[in-house]
Amino acid sequence: MMEPSSVSFSDILQYIIMGVQSGCIYALVAMGFNMIYNATGIINFAQGEFVVLGGLLMVSLTMTLNLPIPLSFAATTLAVTAAGVAMERFTINPVKNPTVLRLIIITIAVSIIVKGAAMGIWGKNSYFMRHFSGSEPLDFLGASLLPQTLWIVGTLVLIVAAYIYFFNHTMTGKCMRACAINRDAARLSGINDRRMVMLSFALSAGIGAIAGIIITPIIQMDYARGALLGIKGFGAAVLGGLGNSMGAIIAGILLGVLEAASAGLISSHYMDAIALFILLLVLFVRPSGIFGSSAAMRLKEF
Amino acid sequence: MTDNPTRSFIVLDRLRKEFGGVVAVNDLSLNFAKGQISALIGPNGAGKTTVFNLITGFLPPTSGSITLNGVNLSGKKPHRIASMGVGRTFQNVQVFPAMTVLENVMVGRHLRSRCGMAVSCLLPQALRPEEKRIREASMVWLEAVGLKDQADRTAGSLPLGSQRMLEIARAMALEPSVLFLDEPASGLNARETAGMGDLIVKIKAMGITIILVEHDMELVMDISDNVAVVNFGSLIAEGTPKDIQANPDVINAYLGA
Repeated sequence: MMEPSSVSFSDILQYIIMGVQSGCIYALVAMGFNMIYNATGIINFAQGEFVVLGGLLMVSLTMTLNLPIPLSFAATTLAVTAAGVAMERFTINPVKNPTVLRLIIITIAVSIIVKGAAMGIWGKNSYFMRHFSGSEPLDFLGASLLPQTLWIVGTLVLIVAAYIYFFNHTMTGKCMRACAINRDAARLSGINDRRMVMLSFALSAGIGAIAGIIITPIIQMDYARGALLGIKGFGAAVLGGLGNSMGAIIAGILLGVLEAASAGLISSHYMDAIALFILLLVLFVRPSGIFGSSAAMRLKEF
Repeated sequence: MTDNPTRSFIVLDRLRKEFGGVVAVNDLSLNFAKGQISALIGPNGAGKTTVFNLITGFLPPTSGSITLNGVNLSGKKPHRIASMGVGRTFQNVQVFPAMTVLENVMVGRHLRSRCGMAVSCLLPQALRPEEKRIREASMVWLEAVGLKDQADRTAGSLPLGSQRMLEIARAMALEPSVLFLDEPASGLNARETAGMGDLIVKIKAMGITIILVEHDMELVMDISDNVAVVNFGSLIAEGTPKDIQANPDVINAYLGA
């Protein structure tokens, strides 16, 4: 047992590295939540299952079929994206009177079905996956840094860049934003809002899959991980102000670091409890999230 | 009232809308002429906005039909109706406040781009002449409504009068054949109202049919070619502004018996 007084700089750095690593995943899950939230006003409880599907499918392609990582990465992302589209087409789109509550219950049902299917296909085992580029930790100012962590951070940066580009510089992205801001005015401009909802599920599933793919080498994936990843991602989304993805990225990393620091400084048994405690605290004290103020409303929309 | 073809560009045939037991639009039959400014007036709650909502697909009619140039519109979704050349603005201004003025118009323009959801939409702007065309066409409309130098501001930061102009620019970017304006002058001061009147006349001169709901009678009588008066969802009078001003039923509806 380490006494709090003996915490060194390298320990702190280590917590930060661990925290950023899981925080990037929470951020990606939160972005997925936000995308669907902005398009439909609902929380997709199957968001965590997208992450699990991404991880497990990647394991099968790389470890069982021995396909190269880039190919598996692309195939997995595409497959889970297709699953997201299928979810929207077969469970969300046909709903006659889509109230928020109804849709949320549907997403819970989908998450249970996906979880069951994943258990049927992959069983209850945790799966290892090889790291993208070696599993030898690098030394970083006295703390150890896995190359996979760099892959995770790099992936987040790339996704955020793609995200900003998509929503600000493509017509489809602008139309999606318009639809999120004011659906009636968007429909009046000839935007097919149902199609935008489908697209939001596709993008959300794709981002979820990527989160699962990049984290699996570190956490080992099993069929039941979706719920906790989903809740922590939701925590990040709420903390960042629901609907505000740039807020969610900062909040996700913050949540990850807090969690890692509490695991290191208090006890790793309380790690998950801390994340949930923060979620509850935000919901009680500041439900609009730390970046959900009126000044940040401008940043909102995706 | 004779039925010559230009009088029947938009035809409402026994259009009816009930909300529970309330009849908002009561078997209303009305024709709007092509290339003219037609005003739809009536006291508050007469069903004018409901008629707009029925025509633009935001509400399904209880019964009756709506045709545009012989094509049936009833039961179609708003984005389909928009793609058939029907533009509209709202009584409460509906811009996209967090987007720039230019982006607002570009969104209105997207139907006139061929890219839809295709992969080509994801290419960088520089590689797409399409995107450039959308941008340029959108700027033309901003210029027409006098907002060209505000293009990069966020729409939410514009004063109300400018937001109304922007909403019209966005609707015009669709290149509609008919434009529905729901109280375009509401909340505007006298100078802005006069500017709005000029703009509407300018749009008519482009050959676009305009249907106007408006409470500012001076504006209505000034620019309209034809005025239809509804009360309790039924047509009570129709004619030129001059006829309407002299019609005892209209005076009665407005002033009460």
